[in-house]
Amino acid sequence: MNDIREILKSRILVLDGAMGTMIQRYKLEEEDFRKGWFENHPDSLKGNNDLLVLTRPDVIKAIHAEYLEAGADIIETNTFSGTTIAQADYNLEKAAYDINYYGAKIAKEVCEEFTAKNPAKPRFVAGSIGPTNMTLSISPDVNDPGFRNTTFDKMVIAYSEQVRGLIEGGADLLLVETIFDTLNAKAALFAIEEVQTELKTELPIMVSGTITDASGRTLSGQTTEAFLISMQHADLLSIGLNCALGADALRPYLQVLKQKAPFYISAHPNAGLPNEMGEYDESPEMMAGQIDTFLEEKLVNIIGGCCGTTPDHIKEMALLAEKYNQLNTKN
Amino acid sequence: MSLHPDYKGKYEYKWNHLPNMKLSGLEPLEVSPEVNFINIGERTNVAGSRKFLRLIKEEEYDEALSIARNQVEGGAQIIDINMDDGLIDGKEAMVKFLNLIASEPDISRVPIMIDSSKWEIVEAGLQCVQGKCVVNSISLKEGKEKFVTEAKKIRQYGAAVVVMAFDEDGQADTYQRRVDICERSYRILVDEVNFPPQDIIFDPNVFPVATGMDEHKLNALDFFQATRWIRENLPGAHVSGGISNVSFSFRGNNVVREAMHSAFLFHAIKEGLDMGIVNPSMLEVYDDIPKDLLLHVEDVLLNRRSDATERLLAFAETVTGESKAKTIDLSWREAPLQDRISHALVKGIADYIEEDVETARNEVAEPIEVIEGHLMIGMNIVGDLFGAGKMFLPQVVKSARVMKKAVAYLLPYIEASKTESRSKGKVLLATVKGDVHDIGKNIVGVVLGCNNYDIIDLGVMVPGNKILEAAQEHQVDIIGLSGLITPSLDEMVHVAKEMENAGMNLPLLIGGATTSKVHTAVKIDQHYTKGQTVHVLDASRSVTVVSELLSDKKPQFVESIQAEYDKVRTNYAKKKGFKKFLSLNEARENKLKINWKIEDIAQPKKIGTTALKDYDLSELRGYIDWTPFFHTWELRAKYPQILEHPDMGAEATKLFEDANQMLDKIINEKWIIANAVVGIWPANSVNDDDIEIYENEERTEVAYTQYGLRQQIKKAAKASNICVADFIAPKESGIKDYIGGFVVTAGQGIEEQLAKYEADHDDYHSILLKALADRLAEAFAERLHELVRKDYWGYEKEQLSKEDLIKEKYRGIRPAPGYPANPDHTEKPGLFELLNATEITGVSLTDSMAMYPTASVSGWYFAHPEAQYFGVGKIKLDQVERLANAKNIPLERMKQWLSSNLEE
Repeated sequence: MNDIREILKSRILVLDGAMGTMIQRYKLEEEDFRKGWFENHPDSLKGNNDLLVLTRPDVIKAIHAEYLEAGADIIETNTFSGTTIAQADYNLEKAAYDINYYGAKIAKEVCEEFTAKNPAKPRFVAGSIGPTNMTLSISPDVNDPGFRNTTFDKMVIAYSEQVRGLIEGGADLLLVETIFDTLNAKAALFAIEEVQTELKTELPIMVSGTITDASGRTLSGQTTEAFLISMQHADLLSIGLNCALGADALRPYLQVLKQKAPFYISAHPNAGLPNEMGEYDESPEMMAGQIDTFLEEKLVNIIGGCCGTTPDHIKEMALLAEKYNQLNTKN
Repeated sequence: MSLHPDYKGKYEYKWNHLPNMKLSGLEPLEVSPEVNFINIGERTNVAGSRKFLRLIKEEEYDEALSIARNQVEGGAQIIDINMDDGLIDGKEAMVKFLNLIASEPDISRVPIMIDSSKWEIVEAGLQCVQGKCVVNSISLKEGKEKFVTEAKKIRQYGAAVVVMAFDEDGQADTYQRRVDICERSYRILVDEVNFPPQDIIFDPNVFPVATGMDEHKLNALDFFQATRWIRENLPGAHVSGGISNVSFSFRGNNVVREAMHSAFLFHAIKEGLDMGIVNPSMLEVYDDIPKDLLLHVEDVLLNRRSDATERLLAFAETVTGESKAKTIDLSWREAPLQDRISHALVKGIADYIEEDVETARNEVAEPIEVIEGHLMIGMNIVGDLFGAGKMFLPQVVKSARVMKKAVAYLLPYIEASKTESRSKGKVLLATVKGDVHDIGKNIVGVVLGCNNYDIIDLGVMVPGNKILEAAQEHQVDIIGLSGLITPSLDEMVHVAKEMENAGMNLPLLIGGATTSKVHTAVKIDQHYTKGQTVHVLDASRSVTVVSELLSDKKPQFVESIQAEYDKVRTNYAKKKGFKKFLSLNEARENKLKINWKIEDIAQPKKIGTTALKDYDLSELRGYIDWTPFFHTWELRAKYPQILEHPDMGAEATKLFEDANQMLDKIINEKWIIANAVVGIWPANSVNDDDIEIYENEERTEVAYTQYGLRQQIKKAAKASNICVADFIAPKESGIKDYIGGFVVTAGQGIEEQLAKYEADHDDYHSILLKALADRLAEAFAERLHELVRKDYWGYEKEQLSKEDLIKEKYRGIRPAPGYPANPDHTEKPGLFELLNATEITGVSLTDSMAMYPTASVSGWYFAHPEAQYFGVGKIKLDQVERLANAKNIPLERMKQWLSSNLEE
């Protein structure tokens, strides 16, 4: 029974943690980002982490495996910036499809190994779809609020290519995440519907927004409930929040979603807020303590981590999820 | 009041099984049955407002936005925007206006209605709005195929839709045509397009009455009855209309028009109209309509007399005078100058800023003082509100624009009054690579620009090499880097290194939300030795910093910064350096050395375990420590003072009363069973860190060995590296010592009651109950410890007050396994086994060693006078290895259990 919709009826599922934090541990160099694919590319590519699914799939697969080992049920593809729009910073628009296709493919390979080892705990690949580095609702020029540096149509084209790559590469789910501008996400949902209609697929869709500050709003100014309403036209598997805040600070907004959303709820917070050195230093136990509250209050169905979280954090969450899953079975 | 003959009473919504229609701007708008009527603003419509048309044609967008803002302030819950006019490019105007609205949170907080008869304009509009909007409108006018295609797209864009009662044969103008077309449209939308029924709004055409033509006599009545039919027969669908049409014949006579609009709405709402496009300033209050006028108006609307029209026309002649224009609140214009300027900045209102700035300019000696005084005072308020989460980013951007406008107005005066050289210096600003946040950087640019510095703004996502190139090219005097997200910190370090490599010596300013003085001093400053790096806390400080750096006082300033940063670095290093570690053996040598004396060891009155089942809850009530209870509710003050607290007092008192009422029920109705088990055994410490617990006084059979964790952080002189085993006499001392242990719970039985609350979605009481169960468990642990000290172990003679109990002013401690004094959770099963705790108390351990029910407490008792609470803190790998060996747990597994303590 590998239908995630069915599984979620009775279980809390665990999403993986940060990819960037883990990649840093490998101390990769410029050549790692070029290997076999972009040897002669004129621009510096170091830091363009999405390329690693092509140039160092061994590294990405090892990280996926660490998270699966830690107990994650769902792992995210390393494709957060895999759109032509985001890759334009590196003049690598042409790599967008490959990033997504191979990003999904290698994640799927690792998942299948783990599912084969323990068929009772099937693992899923969520195709990660980031917000891009442009905003459809906010002007990049403070003096010209009516100006936009991209259009909805351009976004739909870029997202369509990403979505097609993810689906054809074997993703099980699509995860539109770190939404700071709802209109960008609407373009992503629009693209998903177009591509799924064309490919005749019905991958479940997860959506996850980002509350940026103490006002409790997205960067583009929407309240949590307004954000939910703006996303609700799509038949989503789940809606949730990630990034920007630690688990504690997310709680009131998750409560809004829990109360109002007709979907499953997800949360993958940061390991706290960055300290004055810019590091996320909330320990796995501290985070687990807060996640425990989420689970106890039955706020979320899918938990995981964003910036600064590691397999240790995910392991704690997986233990917690297991605890509550067992309680649920008992009851 | 009199109603038409077929009136069936006020319409009552009957489709409660369907979700409500939900729309959104920046904020949600739920159209629930309780919401009587949703008021849609109509003034931003080029077809309906000549003024708005002129403003759009002349591209006076600022003023056009003010019209939109006035509507929202005047109470419009949705604003209708229409750009259908032959003389303007409707698509371009729609996109431009919607993009501008997106930057005006006072307007975009409400949902948008995109109003156009051209699909091209509708779609362009849908691509500009982040909230869930409404399309106005589609219809069967050009056939089913087009209708279906457009409806599908609208669903895909996630909008609601207004459907006009219009088909291939034209606009519906009778009751029957309205009903037929709406029903057909509804069936297509719901059955074929799969459109959510609650997102369908019918517009059954409001037509003018009293036109003098007989076929128009039923126009209002047919609308009312069609509205009723739609609401009764098409599940979930809403009805809306353009209300001002009805009074078309009375253009020029606003008194009659306003009365007619009110009367029309009054009746239509009773029939089920739940939305409408209205001009709130063209509405009379129904009860304020003069009775004679109302009679004539209603005669027409309800077609009550054959001569109704003639009578109203004749009566209208006698009604003259202007209606009262309802204006938006401008009372803030009466306030003193500084308040007006602050208000304009906080609210982002640009309309009057030049006027106010002009007044301010005339009151000061130099125009620049207006910027540094009046405007900065206002911007500081904005900064404070933003910091407190009371304003959010789009609003701050608006404030910045008002600021900009004020500054632009002042600039020519500043130029004219300047005597010295044109510019005081050039500052390059950039948001570093990988970051798109630029609000702060832009504000710094504005503020510095206002102070006569030339700004070279490279924008966002700027790579280091580009910053260096531009600095050379423009011969700038200072470089400022900004960033909001944490990876930007590393990028700033990178830029600093590049500047060093390039042999530059320009001052480098660091700013943005995640930056800090510590990070700048420790991580950036040292990589850039030839020039000074300065962290700038906020925009207002940038002027002082830049002017110091470019003045002849620069050496002194740099010196003071260097001294300050040295201090910051030293403190940081101290903090870091403080965390020196000892090896486990060194730590053991520095153990807490108690001078063991027989008289300090209390001989327990009872060896072995004692079970306390179904303990008296009313007794435990007196042992509750209420302060943590209030903390659970995020009321962070001490009990009982909290009940008198100026801010929290009222809420805390209410909560306290509720808690006590629930406690009454918990106790009287026995919602909770409290169980405990306690044990005291002979024990001695061995191998420095471990405690052997013996079967009996013979001390030959070891029942259980407790392995302790020892502090490894290097301590100040005379402080010890403590382990719990230090509190128990070593075996080799020959002194017979003892240890105790316990498990208590106040969570049995709670589930049943919780399930009831949860079924009622009563979160408040559910949380209250859990919090009280936790408190009762803690109270039980406190009470049990008292019993142990007084009776079971029996070393405490004096009577302690409740307060002293809570403050733990007594001999002995009760640290819990997994908590700071011994963070090793894997010690729990041993304790539970010794006590047979699961069987006796019903508390079990999960795989991750959590106790269930959660309202449970466990721990060990140490009775020596020198036993104290402490935290083990960070430990090194050698100790984890020793524990893994001793406990026969794989090292990797042990590392996981202790990962939060392990310093790698």
